[in-house]
Amino acid sequence: MRNQYSLLNKIVIYSFLLIGVIISIGPFYWMFIGATHPSGEIFNIPPQLLPGDYLVENFISLQESLGMLKIIWNSLFIALTFTVLSTLISAAAGYAFAKFQFKGRDKIFFMLLLTIMIPYQVTLIPLFELMVSLEWLNTYSAVILPNLAFPFGIYLMRQNMKSIPDSLIEAARIDGAGEFRIFFTIVLATMRPALAAVAIFLFMFQWNNFIWPLVILNSSEMFTLPVALSSLIGMARVDYGQLMLGATLSTLPIMIFFLILQKQFISGILGGSVKE
Amino acid sequence: MSTEISTNVSKQTVLQTKKKFKWGSIIPFLFISPWVIGFFAFTFGPLLFSLVISFFNWPIVGETKFVGFQNYIEMFTNDPYFWSSLAVTVKFAVLFVPFNLIIALFLAILLNQKVKAMSAFRTIFYLPSVISGVALAMIWAWVFSGEYGILNYFLSFVGINGPDWLNDPNWALVAMVIASLWGQGTMMLIFLAGLKNIPQNLYEAASIDGAGKVTKFFKITIPMLSPIILFNLIMTIIAAFQQLTLALVLTGGGPLRSTYFYAMYVYENAFKYFKMGYSSANAWFMFIIVLGLTFIVFKSSTMWVYYEGEMKNK
Repeated sequence: MRNQYSLLNKIVIYSFLLIGVIISIGPFYWMFIGATHPSGEIFNIPPQLLPGDYLVENFISLQESLGMLKIIWNSLFIALTFTVLSTLISAAAGYAFAKFQFKGRDKIFFMLLLTIMIPYQVTLIPLFELMVSLEWLNTYSAVILPNLAFPFGIYLMRQNMKSIPDSLIEAARIDGAGEFRIFFTIVLATMRPALAAVAIFLFMFQWNNFIWPLVILNSSEMFTLPVALSSLIGMARVDYGQLMLGATLSTLPIMIFFLILQKQFISGILGGSVKE
Repeated sequence: MSTEISTNVSKQTVLQTKKKFKWGSIIPFLFISPWVIGFFAFTFGPLLFSLVISFFNWPIVGETKFVGFQNYIEMFTNDPYFWSSLAVTVKFAVLFVPFNLIIALFLAILLNQKVKAMSAFRTIFYLPSVISGVALAMIWAWVFSGEYGILNYFLSFVGINGPDWLNDPNWALVAMVIASLWGQGTMMLIFLAGLKNIPQNLYEAASIDGAGKVTKFFKITIPMLSPIILFNLIMTIIAAFQQLTLALVLTGGGPLRSTYFYAMYVYENAFKYFKMGYSSANAWFMFIIVLGLTFIVFKSSTMWVYYEGEMKNK
């Protein structure tokens, strides 16, 4: 197959790919440059194109103005708890939709897909009122709970679960394994790549979630990273050094997570999204 | 489509033999029950509640009062920001939706070429899509900044005197379209998945018939991808109407309300002016628009979406 391209074709393809790489990575590089310079130097002309040595100082001032360590902890705790619980819920529901025949199954599943279309603005106010009446403002639970049953996660799990052979489940039943044991030991074990894909998708969603935490968290020591970063912009003098370091800190973990699991993630999404 | 249905039917017959399990009938409901609970508590319940309070004057503290359709009448007849924010969102969608689909499709085709190291390129192209909207907004604030920004610095090399992107009412919305396009790798991946599912023998047969690349693209690739184009089109329209983070972080809706999106209008009515009832009416109007657009796209899709099953049925 490789030989079907002429040299000219290859040159064209690689130049487009190169442009794509520059556009994809360039802004990240520029962010990192910003994070390593003091804010004053950032406004030099011509702009600084190489990393500076002000990273530690920027972190110290970021820690002073935001309490960055606590905020990173908040983000990690919320995103990890959410990911574990929501992946399990998605897997259980996806398994039922893919491998069981029950009354109204297809109608229920269609409704689940419809809920993806509901703009979050519609449910924002009632959820806020609900959390106020539960006195849950500024709690981790308030951030985590409303999105736990994540329709797109269930959809992806269902698509991937279809590939489990019925005979495998049937054999376990004949051996006398209970339905929940089958789910936890056989289904989850064979579905590891799909679970990884859904988990990283859910982690990304929660780590990056902004509007809901912004509404529900108003004490700064409970902020998650996106909320804390947005509060920096509101300050009287925007310190781009701090800002870019904050952006770097919120970007780096998710990127590393993604790079480690990208193979499963991409194949999970590819496997899940095309069948219908 | 048709293959999907036939496998379902065969599965049904397989599963019907399993009726001997007494618990069999409630087991699947137990598996979906966490989602069902979440759905009623955090989606369906709030959805209904939102509709109810849209008929009330509902301040965050103080007395609530039933006002009938007053909120809806008010926003249509007596609120200039309702119309101006709607216009901004429509303008954004008109720019963003076609560009997003074309760029995503172009990148997917590029990533589908069979040259070396393609999976590395695929990963790199997706990287901008893994970060948060807030981080994305900040990075672009930094790229776009007028006097010192890297974008204008590079533009100056080719003799272009770049605008002060985010402070210029003529350019702020364009800047947001560019920033949004940067983070849309998911569409690209979905297109890529679709491309990989097109049977190669279609292209081979077309080559034997002497079809060129352009012909193959329009006669094979586009028709075979049309269900995915439909899906992406709907998702992009929905995303365009919900755009809020960029405006909130980058411009606060300015300059001169040129980026005051409808979603921002809804948000501010609720959490800045605390008019919960009014904001719920705004949100429901948005919901109806999104539903309406989806419905139109779906209805029109019979004209341009090609399903493999159709041929077999005829």
